[in-house]
Amino acid sequence: MATTTHQKYYVPHDSAWPIVGALALLLIGYGAATWISQLDQPEARSGPWVFGAGFALLVVTLFGWFGKVIDESQRGLYSAQLERSFRQCMSWFIFSEVMFFLAFFGALFYARVVAVPWLDGAGDNAMTAAILWPNFEAAWPLLQTPGGTATQAMPWTGIPLLNTLILLASSVTLQVAHVAIEQGKRLRLKLFLSITVLLGVVFLFLQGYEYMHAYRDLGLRLDSGVYGNTFYLLTGFHGLHVTIGALILLVMLLRIVIKDHFTAQRHFGFQAAAWYWHFVDVVWLNLFVFVYVL
Amino acid sequence: MSTQVTGTLDAHGAAGRPRDHDHKPRGLARWLFSTNHKDIGTLYLLFSLAMLFTGGSLAMVIRAELFQPGLQFVDPHFFNQMTTVHGLVMVFGAVMPAFVGLANWMIPLMIGAPDMALPRINNWSFWILPCAFAILLSTLFMEGGAPAAGWTFYAPLSTKYSGDSTAFFVLAVHLMGVSSIMGAINVIVTIWNMRAPGMGWMKLPLFVWTWLITAFLLIAVMPVLAGVVTMVLTDKYFGTSFFDAAGGGDPVMFQHIFWFFGHPEVYIMILPAFGIVSTIIPTFARKPLFGYESMVIATASIAFLSFIVWGHHMFTTGMPVVAELFFMYATMLIAVPTGVKVFNWVATMWRGSMTFEVPMMFSLAFIVLFTIGGFSGLMLAIIPADFQYQDTYFVVAHFHYVLVTGAVFGIIAAVYYWIPKWTGVMYDERLAQVHFWCSLVSVNMLFFPMHFVGLAGMPRRIPDYALQFADLNAFMSIGGFLFGLSQLLFLWGVVRCMRGIGDKATDRVWEGAQGLEWEVPSPAPYHTFDTPPVVK
Repeated sequence: MATTTHQKYYVPHDSAWPIVGALALLLIGYGAATWISQLDQPEARSGPWVFGAGFALLVVTLFGWFGKVIDESQRGLYSAQLERSFRQCMSWFIFSEVMFFLAFFGALFYARVVAVPWLDGAGDNAMTAAILWPNFEAAWPLLQTPGGTATQAMPWTGIPLLNTLILLASSVTLQVAHVAIEQGKRLRLKLFLSITVLLGVVFLFLQGYEYMHAYRDLGLRLDSGVYGNTFYLLTGFHGLHVTIGALILLVMLLRIVIKDHFTAQRHFGFQAAAWYWHFVDVVWLNLFVFVYVL
Repeated sequence: MSTQVTGTLDAHGAAGRPRDHDHKPRGLARWLFSTNHKDIGTLYLLFSLAMLFTGGSLAMVIRAELFQPGLQFVDPHFFNQMTTVHGLVMVFGAVMPAFVGLANWMIPLMIGAPDMALPRINNWSFWILPCAFAILLSTLFMEGGAPAAGWTFYAPLSTKYSGDSTAFFVLAVHLMGVSSIMGAINVIVTIWNMRAPGMGWMKLPLFVWTWLITAFLLIAVMPVLAGVVTMVLTDKYFGTSFFDAAGGGDPVMFQHIFWFFGHPEVYIMILPAFGIVSTIIPTFARKPLFGYESMVIATASIAFLSFIVWGHHMFTTGMPVVAELFFMYATMLIAVPTGVKVFNWVATMWRGSMTFEVPMMFSLAFIVLFTIGGFSGLMLAIIPADFQYQDTYFVVAHFHYVLVTGAVFGIIAAVYYWIPKWTGVMYDERLAQVHFWCSLVSVNMLFFPMHFVGLAGMPRRIPDYALQFADLNAFMSIGGFLFGLSQLLFLWGVVRCMRGIGDKATDRVWEGAQGLEWEVPSPAPYHTFDTPPVVK
């Protein structure tokens, strides 16, 4: 808008991808709901199939849709104003993700600060505790629930610490790649972006190993009371985001290596992927402090 | 002083002249694959209208059952499904999509943008909604029935004691959330990035301002709703105990997280209506809006306060007294910016040369009746009083005054106000006036006595009641049926305009109308503001 000659804002023609994508989400939603509500009926199999079909359709949609966007971008249809729209949309999307994690962090804080102490009689709950849960003692991590389920705590040393260092390192390598793309140093870009993706994969591998260790050796399970609940939902959703982030970065890497996309000036796709990765990293730091260390 | 938009177009930007590429795609494809903000806005509005009648039918079942004490037509479990699905359909299917539809239609026109910022995402946001409601409404036909825990689905009603429809409900809410978040991001970026040159922040029409703030609220709290339904899902199916004391959790925690979403949500459903009324009142008072800046600041203050008052929904469920007091005072603070708005609307009309076309009538009714809902809200904010009102029909009266005579009246006012611009046809004023008066009388028959039965102790969400409430309940049910029937007049009026029956609308439509949307022809061309207008 600052320039006197206005470059037209590109308004795309009709597209089938949105409604195909909506259909994909319908199948995913209906399939997942059927699947979950029939978990106790092993003979019922329709849920996973519908879910799988929806997921496949979503993947097709994403390829088709992003392919079209990349094509339009390559043809130079996107003005600086449209690029700003993309940037702002991505920022707000990340903000919505922050709020999603906040719900689970909120549950964690509420459980630690309010729910568990109250069950042991904090505040004016002495009689409730004495009558309902006389043998319960408040502690965090909650190793013995009021109902009697026992578990062990996940220490922050070892794999969690290692994973923290891995994710921090991956943010650094991604930043190096980012600087490289802006300076046009393609070889360095490819190298450091590859390292970033690799670090993400190693993180996920270690996280999976940690889950197995928790289930097998510590008895820390998804149903081990509110400590296990918050532990698995927070780290689980984070792990899901790392998976998505690593896939996005992998796609960026393939675009750079195979198609030679992005220039020093125009690389919003890469930048958005980088923002997302840094966001996932910041979530982990909070997780590490509040779920593992404290 | 006029900071209201007085958009003047330079010759270059002569808005919306039909262009060679102004072709509309034909047939069904136009609607399925649309990237046009006007078509998508129409889809949203029609979907909302369909949901209004769907949710309304469920309300008719409720009022039929409550016509007499005792159990008449439905069993209690089905009654609970009716109240639950009625609430969900009206909140997420009728009110919110109607506002998104209005935003789609009007915001690009009002700020001089060629379309929404990301048109394809816009279409995706819309088409997810029918999918979500297909899932939700399918539960009505499932074995075990639809969700019955109330639209607030408190744990453990929604976890331990709920049926197999819970998973479908949760996934449907997830889809609604995805749709809302993407829609809100689109709105916020459109406003932020696509205003025409010269359209400064303090020149934005108030409808745009209120929607900007609404969109922020949506992006902030819909993910929290997604989080809490996820916890409901894992509690029910995967053995977690977020809301189960035996595992160290707490059912009250559900309420905290839910209402952290839920309270901003009620402002999501009313702020755009504030914007609509702030647009309509000046038009028919033929005066600029009084106190434009204070309206903007009041809207922002309400949005801020909405994040720190959620506890007033749970005064009786267990909280330290200090926390209750904090929530009480914070809640009462909201009366200040809301009062600013009401006084500003009244001051706008002061010594205006007023006429009383139907958009104005609905707006005037909005001011009076929404204020009644606001006052009963203030009563509910007082902790000791709330101990008595909690879960009675007084609460039902309160939120129906703010949501029906508030939000829905605002939406209807907006439809009458802008439908000449959408269709190019003037609605039938006499039919609309009949619709208004029928609605006004019946809605008060329906909801006003709820204050009295509520204060006398009639509990909500119960299909039976004590004999002393019989007369008033019969009266309310008659009001309810009449209100439902009155909306058929609305439907008729809208269909007439859509089919082109009626007088041709002028471009400006209303004598006192201000703003860019009135600079384009009626009906608004398929593409407008390809080149941004210059606002002086």
